[in-house]
Amino acid sequence: MVDVTLWGGLVPLADDQKTLSIEADTIRELLRKLQERYPALSGPIKNEVAVVIDGVIYRNDWSQRIPEGAEVFLMRRLAGG
Amino acid sequence: MSFDAAYQSQKLKSVGTRPLRPDGVDKVTGRARYGADFNMPGQLVARVLRSPHAHARIVRMDTGAAEALKGVKAVVTAADLPDLTNGDAELFAVLDNCMARTKALYDGHAVAAVAAIDERTAKQALKLIEVEYEILPHVVDVDAAMVADAPILNDELFTGGVDPKPDTPSNVANRAEFGHGDVDAGFAEADFIVERSYKTEQTHQGYIEPHACVASCNPDGTAELWVCTQGHFVFRQNCADLLGLEVSKLRVTSSEIGGGFGGKTHVWAEPVALALSRKAGRPVKLVMSRDEVFRASGPTSATSIDVKIGAKADGKITAAMATLRYSSGPYPGMWAELGAMTSFACYDLENVKTVGFEVIVNRPKVAAYRAPSAPMAAFAVESAIDELAQKLGVNAVELRIKNAAREGTKSSYGPVYGPIGIGPTLEAAQSHPHMSAPLGKNQGRGMACGFWFNFGGQTCSDLNVNADGTVALAVGTVDVGGSRASLSLIAAEELGIDYKDVKAVVADTATLGYNDMTDGSRGTFSSSMATISAARNAIAIMRARAALTWDIPVEDVYWEDGHAKAAGTKYGNLSPLSVRDIAAESGNTGGPIAGHSELVADGAGVSFATHICDVEVDPETGATSIIRYTVIQDAGKAVHPSYVEGQYQGGAAQGIGWALNEEYIYGADGRLQNSGFLDYRIPVCSDLPMIDTQILEIPNPNHPYGVRGVGETSIVPPLAATANAVSNAVGVRMSHIPMSPPRILAALNAERD
Repeated sequence: MVDVTLWGGLVPLADDQKTLSIEADTIRELLRKLQERYPALSGPIKNEVAVVIDGVIYRNDWSQRIPEGAEVFLMRRLAGG
Repeated sequence: MSFDAAYQSQKLKSVGTRPLRPDGVDKVTGRARYGADFNMPGQLVARVLRSPHAHARIVRMDTGAAEALKGVKAVVTAADLPDLTNGDAELFAVLDNCMARTKALYDGHAVAAVAAIDERTAKQALKLIEVEYEILPHVVDVDAAMVADAPILNDELFTGGVDPKPDTPSNVANRAEFGHGDVDAGFAEADFIVERSYKTEQTHQGYIEPHACVASCNPDGTAELWVCTQGHFVFRQNCADLLGLEVSKLRVTSSEIGGGFGGKTHVWAEPVALALSRKAGRPVKLVMSRDEVFRASGPTSATSIDVKIGAKADGKITAAMATLRYSSGPYPGMWAELGAMTSFACYDLENVKTVGFEVIVNRPKVAAYRAPSAPMAAFAVESAIDELAQKLGVNAVELRIKNAAREGTKSSYGPVYGPIGIGPTLEAAQSHPHMSAPLGKNQGRGMACGFWFNFGGQTCSDLNVNADGTVALAVGTVDVGGSRASLSLIAAEELGIDYKDVKAVVADTATLGYNDMTDGSRGTFSSSMATISAARNAIAIMRARAALTWDIPVEDVYWEDGHAKAAGTKYGNLSPLSVRDIAAESGNTGGPIAGHSELVADGAGVSFATHICDVEVDPETGATSIIRYTVIQDAGKAVHPSYVEGQYQGGAAQGIGWALNEEYIYGADGRLQNSGFLDYRIPVCSDLPMIDTQILEIPNPNHPYGVRGVGETSIVPPLAATANAVSNAVGVRMSHIPMSPPRILAALNAERD
């Protein structure tokens, strides 16, 4: 089970919950289950999300494994210069 | 990702050396081809008609006289760029910015464009286009745009991120909050509190090369675009989306680039050039003038920031808070959010809260500028930290070291840090000779820290081993800072060949798979990973070819020092085969040899820097000279140290310009007053001393050589470092950037009064 923290903009799309518990081994599974539970998250997940696992930011690698007890955040994808 | 990107400690031969750059001769002899240097047969010249008003409804437009002018081949307006964005607000903003639809939203907003046989005719045609405007009230200041009776830019914009959702429109597009703990309780614990408001003015990235492209649409639905860009694959996608083209039929070639710094991550004029070419049936060249670059492309945000920091008498910070208001031009952005995320990222804080407000104003659409939004937030926070140090009577570096984030710190933007490099940069600053050098009369010293995220992204490269054993490396990230040299070093390292035997090129969109842009400090980080992967794939093929040549199992062939070698004693009489040997026989061992790689380069890791700045301020004129400047930053592994130093120095130079002189100045009419380099003063060589650099190499665990991105973080500390130095020199806290001579004199006079 993973506790995932959402950034503020996503909270209203997930029944106003800031932290959710999801059973997931990879980022892909996490995002799929989040969308199944909260369909309103589908839009942001498609284009706007980066996933932070234990402080490392993943923008694309949805195959990344989530270790047991890892700290997981959903962050907005960042702009860069 | 199948490629194992984990760091492996190893002795490196090519990486870390400083060979000449492969594009150097072309650049110093004028042969390098930039955006405006490309030409096609039958090419037309494009010019853009821009709004002279800051905010105006377009009531009527008549292009008839312009179209009738001899030599004019096409005139386009918003009608020629119909809305194909299918509800994508971000893409619609890009479209509307390229060509205003119902309203002109800033001075310089494009309203029509002409393609003609020459520039004179095109300019003449612009004068014949009749536009009837209904001038509307405007607002250009970030604070003024937030007040209740401010002119509203967009009646359909309601502030997001607030509860309940507002029912009246506002120029505040969004509110975003970050932090943890209880700041009220933290401030109640504090023995000392500093609280101050800061402002920074809007600046431009200041790339020397203006936006330029040549577009050619063919009757069969194919099109080509030659363009100066930081990301030709992204430009292809954006242009295809906006013009309804098939991605595979639009071929985009990136030119050499004379600076981008984030401003060339965005299409401004390219869709207009394509629309003109499609209408005229001929190639069209569109080159922005410097005036157009300033008025209508990519500045950064102007900001207004409040900071409050509390600490115990021993220097431990108990609470920190910031409210950040960032202008984003006339369309919503995420610039304040980035400022809110980065503002306190250098520190280990129990109680922290940041709130960002995105504010739309009648100024050009904001684009990323090198670690976007972080420099302004760092200016406010690092100024307050310095003031706190003075209040506490402690050394400014020691206060920062005492409160610095470390492995295990919960960052102010949420996640817990892994191994990070702020501590080593601060400790290096503390022991740097610069920190203890004596200062003269009217001189002051300042220092500051900075943070940026860095990222990787989708990346693809091809490595072809030629018949003579030399290597052609095709990458898809535009070379903005010497990456062709760095990537050639990487290929040479992996293959065990000489740097001079590798030739790296930036491939066009038809010849290589998709690549994200060169932004987020990702160019060398990502493409080096793809190059390593491609080289290792090529080595696997060369081992197989050697095995065929020797007629032994491939498992018995290993690669070492640029040679295939037979393992064990049973093949003792087989001489190792070099890349050249294997390549020479490739025609008879299976054909061409190449290694390809397609991967996602994640795990870039966050980045920190510490800068030290000495200034001398003339108390009579308020003019500031930079006397000495030092940049200390972690590169993970400096692939080509000269270009790492160049990135550090370039970021510092841009930040110093921002701190001391650069600013967009608007008149009461909402028109930009200084859209040229004479009136918008960027630093030139004679303004700056040689900027000293210290490269720290703490390996990134998520890159085979330990490489980190280095392109952006160096612009984060300079605003604050310079402001702290000036404040220390004049004895007055400077809270408004840029600290131009009149602003410093005003502060000194206010203090004297």
